[in-house]
Amino acid sequence: MAVMTMRDALNLALKEELARDSSVFLMGEEVAEYQGAYKVTRGLLEEFGPKRVIDTPITELGFAGLGVGAAMAGLRPIIEFMTFNFSILATDQIINSAAKMRYMSGGQFKIPIVFRGPGGSAYQVSSQHSQALESWYAYFPGLKVVMPSTPADAKGLLKSAIRDDDPVIFIEQERMYGMKGEVPEDDDFTIPLGVGEVKREGTDATIIARSVMVPTALQAAEQLEKEGISCEVIDPRTIRPLDIKLIIESIKKTNRAVVAEESHPFASVGAEISAQIAEQAFDYLDAPVKRVSGADVPMPYAKNLEQLAIPDVAHIVAAVKEVSYV
Amino acid sequence: MATQVVMPKLSPTMEEGQLARWLKKEGDKVSMGEPLAEIDTDKATMEMQALSNGVLRKILINEGESAPLGQPIAIIGEPDEDISELLKTASAPKPEKAAEAPQSPPESDAAPAVEEQPQEVETPEPTQSINGDGHKPRTDGRVLISPIAARMASEAGIDFKTVQGSGPGGRIVKRDVESAISDQKKPAATKAAVGRISIPRPARAGVVHGPSAYRDEPVSEMRRTIAKRLVTSLGPVPHFFLTMEIDMERAADMRRSINELYPDLKLSINDLIIKVVAVSLIQHPEVNASFQDKTIRYYEHADIGVAVATENGLITPIVRAAELKSLTEIATEVRELAGRARARKLKPEEYLGATFSISNLGMFGIEEFTAVINPPEGAILAVGAMSPKPVVKDDRVEIRQTMRVTMSCDHRAIDGATGAKFLQTFKQIMENPIYLFLDQ
Repeated sequence: MAVMTMRDALNLALKEELARDSSVFLMGEEVAEYQGAYKVTRGLLEEFGPKRVIDTPITELGFAGLGVGAAMAGLRPIIEFMTFNFSILATDQIINSAAKMRYMSGGQFKIPIVFRGPGGSAYQVSSQHSQALESWYAYFPGLKVVMPSTPADAKGLLKSAIRDDDPVIFIEQERMYGMKGEVPEDDDFTIPLGVGEVKREGTDATIIARSVMVPTALQAAEQLEKEGISCEVIDPRTIRPLDIKLIIESIKKTNRAVVAEESHPFASVGAEISAQIAEQAFDYLDAPVKRVSGADVPMPYAKNLEQLAIPDVAHIVAAVKEVSYV
Repeated sequence: MATQVVMPKLSPTMEEGQLARWLKKEGDKVSMGEPLAEIDTDKATMEMQALSNGVLRKILINEGESAPLGQPIAIIGEPDEDISELLKTASAPKPEKAAEAPQSPPESDAAPAVEEQPQEVETPEPTQSINGDGHKPRTDGRVLISPIAARMASEAGIDFKTVQGSGPGGRIVKRDVESAISDQKKPAATKAAVGRISIPRPARAGVVHGPSAYRDEPVSEMRRTIAKRLVTSLGPVPHFFLTMEIDMERAADMRRSINELYPDLKLSINDLIIKVVAVSLIQHPEVNASFQDKTIRYYEHADIGVAVATENGLITPIVRAAELKSLTEIATEVRELAGRARARKLKPEEYLGATFSISNLGMFGIEEFTAVINPPEGAILAVGAMSPKPVVKDDRVEIRQTMRVTMSCDHRAIDGATGAKFLQTFKQIMENPIYLFLDQ
């Protein structure tokens, strides 16, 4: 086990997969010469050369399409979006090409592409640069959506995503790149897609959280423990396909669920999880599923307002108490 | 935000209440949880608490008047709020009759008639919900209950309409049903015949018994008719009562000797009674039974529910397979279970599923009483106080320790003679506890 930041864990995953399979290559803005806008791709150009690590012009639709074409031709591209906000420009290629090509070609083309980059809130980057788009991408059959919350998860899941023969949307979190954690040193360490993890065991309430909300949920659970409420924190890790079984098993034990996410509430991943819980665990619920979501406004620029727009420990604690009738 | 105060359900069987006394006047400030009025119910006069903060704006029924459940009886609001809308709807009340279906589990009816204190009456708790519109008592007759609470209630055989809800809008939630399950326990607490008495062999050491195994036998035509006729004449569980007077001299002696030898054990008469009842039940399996509508269930073991009074009500923790346990085991187990019962730390499998119950009010000086059967059990034994009494023995009057027991039987499963024979065996063993050590 080694302790490293999430940034370095992702870097290591990319390095290992580039070394392991020569058809894997990396493409995006500033990934090569600049070492990556967030330094996730540091040192890769030097090690693997300009045919494997490629800087692109500022044209997301263009290089996303290039990636799809490369995938159809037999390569395994990793396309970096500087943030997923910029992927919006590329959605036609992601959704209409990458997601559907295998289906529409009757299986003749597989698209083993990974679209990765940070998503969600950052530090005062305001409305157009703080969007959490996972529910958009999770909506389309044909796309897998993955969101790690620890350095170990990041490494294991990214390697699996790269080895996966289908398009994977791999959403990191800029606010977590510096987070440190233990990571297995095995260069073949992978975490299967579609499998969640119980990040904290508990008996009285289930909190389902992803990405940057996981540390917040864990802190809320610590606080609630002191007040006599034992929370189980579940991190699905893969949003689609969702490990709903893990969530339902937990709710059968606790009878109450809170979903914590930084995205807006309407048609969010939390809404989908709530619906599935209602369908599959109705008889086990003592209270309706409570969602703690980001404010339903474009992300403000002002620091104090940005803080108010993102759920914090107090919000999650209050939600757990509400479903516990305390 | 003004709210209507409606006639609350203060006991499981209450259908209407009479306003005995208002504790606040119009214009008085009211805070959540404060007593608002005294209400006469079918059982007792109970205090009703305010469920919201504000000022008592309008009193809608006067002292001495009655109102059915759910009828608006007052309005609480801000001093200067417009309450005309609420006043209008208040004059056209929809009583909660629809929700109060005729009682099913008889324990909610009968217990108060038997108990010294009103045990299972539940007062409404002020809701501390953070939910949007706070607690508004519903007046449309619907009962709100969470899915898990509904399932627990159904599995425990509780009609959830009798449960007070502490969630928003009066929603019945898991903890309310858990309370109701522990309140469900009914207690109760009694002598000689011919015939062999066979004492079951004790189990291997260290065997922990779960609920007893049983066999179901189909109900005969005659029995089905008896059951049907009895039910229409006497209510859900047709009770009849058999009383026996037991000479407790030898039992009292034995207990004294045991406690002299093992002072830490502190064996009680009740522990002895549990063992004797269990052994008698094995001798009379028709009494260790349960009427299950189309069949009668006969249990293999005597799982004895022992009534324990706690500050929240009665609960009957169970001594499983009591016929196989030694007096030491029974005494220790009962003490441990009672302790946990009072601390509200019993698990459902520890108080649900007895085959027979014993209620002992002897410590209160009660000489004799009739207890209510805990459905679906077939019978319950109500034990009175043991005291020295003059009795006739061999044509002389002697002072002997005497105890009276009354057995309540479910006539659908147990007939008079059946119950009487069981009591004869019980009396025979109780009066000569030495039988417990013989194997005939």
